[in-house]
Amino acid sequence: MSNIAYSKPKRKIPWADVGRYVVLVVLAVVTLLPILIMVATSFKLQVDILSKDMNWIFKPTWSNYDKILNDSKFLIYMSSSLVIAISATLLTLITGAMAAFALARMKFPGRKIIAQSTLIIRMIPPAVLAVTVVGFWITWGLGDAIPGFRVRFPVGRAEFFDGSQLGLIIFYTALNLPFTIWLLFGFLQQVPRELEEAAIVDGANAFQTFFQVIFPIMSSGFAVSAIFTFRIAWNEFILAFMLSNRFTKTLPVYASEFISDEGVVWGQMMGVGTLIVIPPLILTFFAAKQIIGGMTAGAVKG
Amino acid sequence: MRSNKIVPYIFLLPAALIIIVGLFIPLWNSIILSFYDWSFGQAWSDKEFLGFENFVRLWNDEESWRSVRITFVFGFWVVLLEMLIGLGLALLLEKPLVGSTFFRTIFVMPLMIAPIVVGLIWRYLLDARNGVVNYYLENIGEAVPFLQNLGFVRHSWLSDPNLAMFSIVISDVWQWTPFIFMIILAGLQGLPSDVIEASFIDGANWWQMTMQVKLPMMTSIILIALLMRIIDVFRALEVIYILTNGGPGGNTRVLSLHMFQTAFQARDFGYAAMLALLLSVILIILSVILMLFNNPLKEDS
Repeated sequence: MSNIAYSKPKRKIPWADVGRYVVLVVLAVVTLLPILIMVATSFKLQVDILSKDMNWIFKPTWSNYDKILNDSKFLIYMSSSLVIAISATLLTLITGAMAAFALARMKFPGRKIIAQSTLIIRMIPPAVLAVTVVGFWITWGLGDAIPGFRVRFPVGRAEFFDGSQLGLIIFYTALNLPFTIWLLFGFLQQVPRELEEAAIVDGANAFQTFFQVIFPIMSSGFAVSAIFTFRIAWNEFILAFMLSNRFTKTLPVYASEFISDEGVVWGQMMGVGTLIVIPPLILTFFAAKQIIGGMTAGAVKG
Repeated sequence: MRSNKIVPYIFLLPAALIIIVGLFIPLWNSIILSFYDWSFGQAWSDKEFLGFENFVRLWNDEESWRSVRITFVFGFWVVLLEMLIGLGLALLLEKPLVGSTFFRTIFVMPLMIAPIVVGLIWRYLLDARNGVVNYYLENIGEAVPFLQNLGFVRHSWLSDPNLAMFSIVISDVWQWTPFIFMIILAGLQGLPSDVIEASFIDGANWWQMTMQVKLPMMTSIILIALLMRIIDVFRALEVIYILTNGGPGGNTRVLSLHMFQTAFQARDFGYAAMLALLLSVILIILSVILMLFNNPLKEDS
């Protein structure tokens, strides 16, 4: 092991380790401080934020959150964000798992081309899509609503989900599918084929095998893919900014509206920022290890 | 698997449909649109055919090439800093320590936060009047007047032409260095221990071991991390949009932001599609290179 060089007689203080912890703590502080300042600022009054002194000790106030949460727009946008992110996640998982299953377990003409073309376009950013999509978006009137795709939600007077939400769900799913297929493909390769073969011997067809045998044992793969898809869909700004209307804005779009040249309302802005980062950070607490696994899978497993 | 010939395609169909509608058709449209002049509010059918005019315009457009150069400058600094810091830290902290789960959780956080929020956070930290950074610079400068000569005074981080690039680089380094750090750490901890032990027995010291044994074995991982970061540099948009919106005087207008502004501020969609095409071509080439190093859909190796 690499640490042999540092192991010394037991009673001495392991200075090398102490040094490592010091570096780690400094890094953790640098990483956390900006986030903590955001959260702290969201509990400050505008007077305190604008005052000449940096009040590290202050009387926390709920007033920013009161204003945010009492604004009916926030609830509308939050539900819009949730509807879009959760739908995109579910759609990505189901369609991605089916595609990964076909690619990993079946041989058929065109398999290679299909696999590679998805990989080649997987880095296309949302902004590129936004530029070209807006044209037919407006021409087709998708920004308003597709008749028949209206579901009433008990939030404000918004009608969910209309064309712009359906559109965003499809784009977020498309943007996430290549990565999800690849991730689930990797998971499937670790699932022994014996289970499926047994199912087939029992007379199950491909669909029964997939939904009754493969689907249930893929849960850990699904968890990782779901986190990544949710993260993209929940955080995405550019497409949502261009395509959503006043009822279907997502929270990142709402947050961006706090930026203005004359007098930024810092407290509320930081409050909205804090509310946006809560769901992804909760996921981080539960699954940091799996998230790193997913992020590094491309590089490390090879 | 013994199965009907159509079955694989049925499994692929839903994903394929969504990818075609959500990715291929928009990309195809950007190719088409780049031959036309079309602006917001105009009926789609009224678009005017220009042939290769947009392409010629791109070729001669100083503003667009400037945005490409700015992307390179931005990319050079963020990738250099993130790779150096990330690699250095990974080598330093390679040894598994008690509590590493806790630290790992912290380091993942910046990667999970919405880019728009990263922008808002740094916009506040770097704000000229109310920002935390200026507050401490000024206070330290007042306490030790000598330091004022070294820059411990208030700065207009986001609107000073000399500092705006520095500011967006810093925010990117804050967000993405942990990514490099964790990729390389995972690679280091996955190195076969027998090789490391053998070189240790051969009397190699830490420096020799790192330079001659570990780094050479890590080449492909480092290259992949590098490529992933370069790709992300071309995709970066939201944080810069919030921090400087390309300013001052276009000093931080990277290619993706230039494309975005051409479309949604100048409302010149034909030319924006041309820029989108340029960006897509760059990203597709980079993705193909990345795929040569590591093809995730390859059969199990």
